[in-house]
Amino acid sequence: MSAEQDILQELAGREYEFGFETQIEMDIAAPGLNEDTIRFISAKKQEPEWLLEWRLKGFQLFQKLTMPNWQNFKLPEVDFQGVSYYAAPKNKVKYNSLDEVDPELLRTFEKLGIPLEEQKMLSGVAVDAVFDSISVATTFKAQLHELGIIFCSFGEAVQEYPELVKKYLGTVVPQSDNIYAALNSAVFSDGSFVYIPKGVRCPMELSTYFRINAKNTGQFERTLIIADDSSYVSYLEGCTAPMRDENQLHAAVVELIAMDHAEIKYSTVQNWYPGDKDGKGGIYNFVTKRGICKGKNSKISWTQVETGSAITWKYPGVILQGDNSIGEFYSVAVTANKQVADTGTKMVHIGKNTKSRIISKGISAGHGHNTYRGLVKVGPNATNARNFTQCDSLLIGDRCGAHTFPYIESKNNTAMVEHEATTSKIGEDQVFYLNQRGIDNEQAVNMIVNGYAKEVLNQLPMEFAVEAQKLLSITLEGSVG
Amino acid sequence: MLDIKNLHAAVEGNAILKGINLTVKPGEVHAIMGPNGSGKSSLASVLAGRESYEVTEGSVDFLGKDLLDMSPEVRAREGLFLAFQYPVEIPGVSNINFLKTAVNEIRAYHGQPPMQAKAFLDMLKSKQKLMEFDANLMNRSLNEGFSGGEKKRNDIFQMAMLEPKLAIMDETDSGLDIDALRIVSAGVNKLRSKDNAFIMITHYQRLLEYIVPDFVHVLYNGRIVKSGTKELALELEEKGYDWLKEDIRLEEPVQ
Ligand SMILES: Nc1ncnc2c1ncn2[C@@H]1O[C@H](COP(=O)(O)OP(=O)(O)OP(=O)(O)O)[C@@H](O)[C@H]1O
Ligand SMILES: [Mg+2]
Repeated sequence: MSAEQDILQELAGREYEFGFETQIEMDIAAPGLNEDTIRFISAKKQEPEWLLEWRLKGFQLFQKLTMPNWQNFKLPEVDFQGVSYYAAPKNKVKYNSLDEVDPELLRTFEKLGIPLEEQKMLSGVAVDAVFDSISVATTFKAQLHELGIIFCSFGEAVQEYPELVKKYLGTVVPQSDNIYAALNSAVFSDGSFVYIPKGVRCPMELSTYFRINAKNTGQFERTLIIADDSSYVSYLEGCTAPMRDENQLHAAVVELIAMDHAEIKYSTVQNWYPGDKDGKGGIYNFVTKRGICKGKNSKISWTQVETGSAITWKYPGVILQGDNSIGEFYSVAVTANKQVADTGTKMVHIGKNTKSRIISKGISAGHGHNTYRGLVKVGPNATNARNFTQCDSLLIGDRCGAHTFPYIESKNNTAMVEHEATTSKIGEDQVFYLNQRGIDNEQAVNMIVNGYAKEVLNQLPMEFAVEAQKLLSITLEGSVG
Repeated sequence: MLDIKNLHAAVEGNAILKGINLTVKPGEVHAIMGPNGSGKSSLASVLAGRESYEVTEGSVDFLGKDLLDMSPEVRAREGLFLAFQYPVEIPGVSNINFLKTAVNEIRAYHGQPPMQAKAFLDMLKSKQKLMEFDANLMNRSLNEGFSGGEKKRNDIFQMAMLEPKLAIMDETDSGLDIDALRIVSAGVNKLRSKDNAFIMITHYQRLLEYIVPDFVHVLYNGRIVKSGTKELALELEEKGYDWLKEDIRLEEPVQ
C-alpha cells in the first residue's frame, strides 16, 4: 500500500483531546419539547414577557416547518422530545463574580486553555465562557465598559439592555429562516451579546468559548453583535464537548449587524467532538450564521476553521445592503474518519458596488465527505457588484470525497462573478520530498495541509492562528490518507 | 561509505535495475552518466527509499548500516540527501519553516536539541551566501511557482543546510543557466570534504569540468556497463553511447 494509506491507518486511532467530562451537580430540565419547556426556560432566565412571546412564536414556526432535503448527506433523525433543553450548574442562574463559580468549572475552562481568573486571563482577549446553557464568566468586562463597549452573556443583555436586544433580535436571521433557526429562537439558552458604540475600535479580541458538558442535552446559543457607525470589532468563538456515544445537537444562531463604515470580523475555531473513527457519537453542528452590512462602506468577514463535529452544516453569509459594502468568507473545513461537512456561504448583493470574496478550502481524509455549497446572489440594484470565489478541495487517501455546488443568481448585468475551483490530492511525491529531508509522514502531511490552508489561517487573529494550526494537525492525525 | 551489491529493483513488476555494483568512499565524487531511461533516477530513488520501487535482490550498506531496512526519513537523517531531477512544489509551506523542521528533525535523531532561532538564522545566512542563493526565494513557499532552475538551486541550498554525508544530485545541471551552473558548482566544491561524498547524475561533460569527479560510470539498461575516470566523460561526449551499446550486445549471451 502507498505511504498515504499507511499514514491513514497510523493516524486513524487519534484521540479527541477535549473529551473529558466535568463532574458537577447540574440543574437539568426533563427531556421534552413543548410550550411548558419554553416557559420553564424563560422563567429560569427571568425574561420579560415579550421575549417569552417571541420564543413561543418560534416554537410555532418550528412545528410548522419541515426538514430540508437538499443537503448532500443523509440527515439523521433527531429525537427532539428525547433531548433536554436546559442544563445549568446547580443553583445558579447568574454569576455575579468569579467567587461564586464552582472551582470545578474554573478548572474545566483552564483545562481547555481558557483561564478565567484575573491573574491568568489571556492577554488581549476578552472571553465569555459558556457552559451548557449558561454563561459562567466574562472577562475584561469593566475595561470594555469604559469605552462604552457592551460584551456580556445574552441572558445578561436581556436584563440590562432589553431595548437593544429587542430592536435587533431576529432581524438578520428571521425565526422562520429554517427549522433549526426556529428551534433556536424557541429554546435558546445563552450566548454572547456585543455592542460597539459609534467610532469605537474595540481594543481587544472578544471571544466566546462554548462547552457542552451535560449528557443528552442540546446547545442552542444565540449571539448578537452590533457594530455601530465607524466601529470595529474582531470576535472569535471556540467550542468543545465531551466524547459520548450518543450524538448531541448544537443549533446556534449568530446575527451580525454592521452600520455605516463599521467592520466586524468573526472567526470560528470549531472543535466539537467529531465522533469516533467508526462514526459513532459526535456533535450535529447545525448552525445559522448571517451578517448584514446595513450601512454604506461596511464590512463583515467570516473566517471559520471547522475541524470537529460529526456533521457540520452551516452557511455563514452576508447581506450586502449598504452601498460599497464588503462581505468575506474564509473557510477551512476538515472531515476525517466518518465526518461530514456541508458548508459554504451566501453572499447577497443588494447595494451598489458591493464586493464579496469567498475562499473555501475543504480537506477530506479517511471516509470524510466535504461539500462546498455557496450562493452568490446579485439583486437588480446591485450595480457593479463583484464576487470572487475560490473553492479548493484537498483529498487525502482515496476513500473520501469532495463536492462543490456553487450557485449564482444574477439580476444585474453589470455584475461580475468569478469562480475558480481546484481539487488536488496530497501527492506521494510531496510526502516523499519531505521524507527525503528527514521529515516523517505524519509531520509531512501536517505541513502540506497547513500550507494548503494558509490563506485562511492567516485571516485568524494571531492568538488563535497557532491554535488552529495545531488543531488541523490533530484532526488529521485522526484520519489522514 | 556506500556499498551497493548486485542491486535489482522493479517498478510495478518491470525490472529497472538489474544488478548494480558501486562503492563510494568518503571524500569521493562519482559521476553517473547514461542514456535516457537507463535507470539513473531509479537508482537514486531506490537509494532514497521511494516506495514505488521494489528491491528484488541485492544489498546496500550505508555507513555500516543496512540502508534498505530504513524508512526514507531515517535514511535522510543518517545523512543521505537527494537533489531531485524534478523537485516538487509544496504550496503554502514556507521554505524557511520547512528547512527549520528538517534541520531539527535530523538533529533530534542524533540526540541534539532543536536549533535556537538565532543560530538557525545565522546558519541560513551563511549558507545562503555560500551558495549565492536568492534571499527572496528563501522567503517564499517551498518551490511554489519557482522556475525550473530556481527549484534546482533551492534543492542545492537545502543540501548545504542539511550537510549530508552522501549527496546524490540528479541532473542538477539541467535547467541551470551558465552563470548558475558555475555558482552552484563552486558551492558544491566548497562543501566537499574528506568526510562526505557526492554522486552526480548528469548528461553533460560540462558540469564535470567544474566539479571534477574521481570516477565516471555509465549506466545502461539497469547496469553499470563501464567505469573510468573523468576522461571517460570526454570520450562519451565525443562518441555518444552507441559504441558502448554495441560492446554490450556482443557481451550478452545469445538467447
Ligand atoms: N512507474 C513506472 N512504470 C514503468 N516503468 C517505469 C516507471 N518508472 C520508471 N520507469 C522506467 O524506468 C526506466 C528508468 O527510468 P529513470 O527515470 O531511472 O531513467 P533515467 O536514467 O533517470 O533517465 P533520464 O536520463 O531521462 O532522466 C525508464 O524506462 C522508465 O520509463
Ligand atoms: Mg533521470
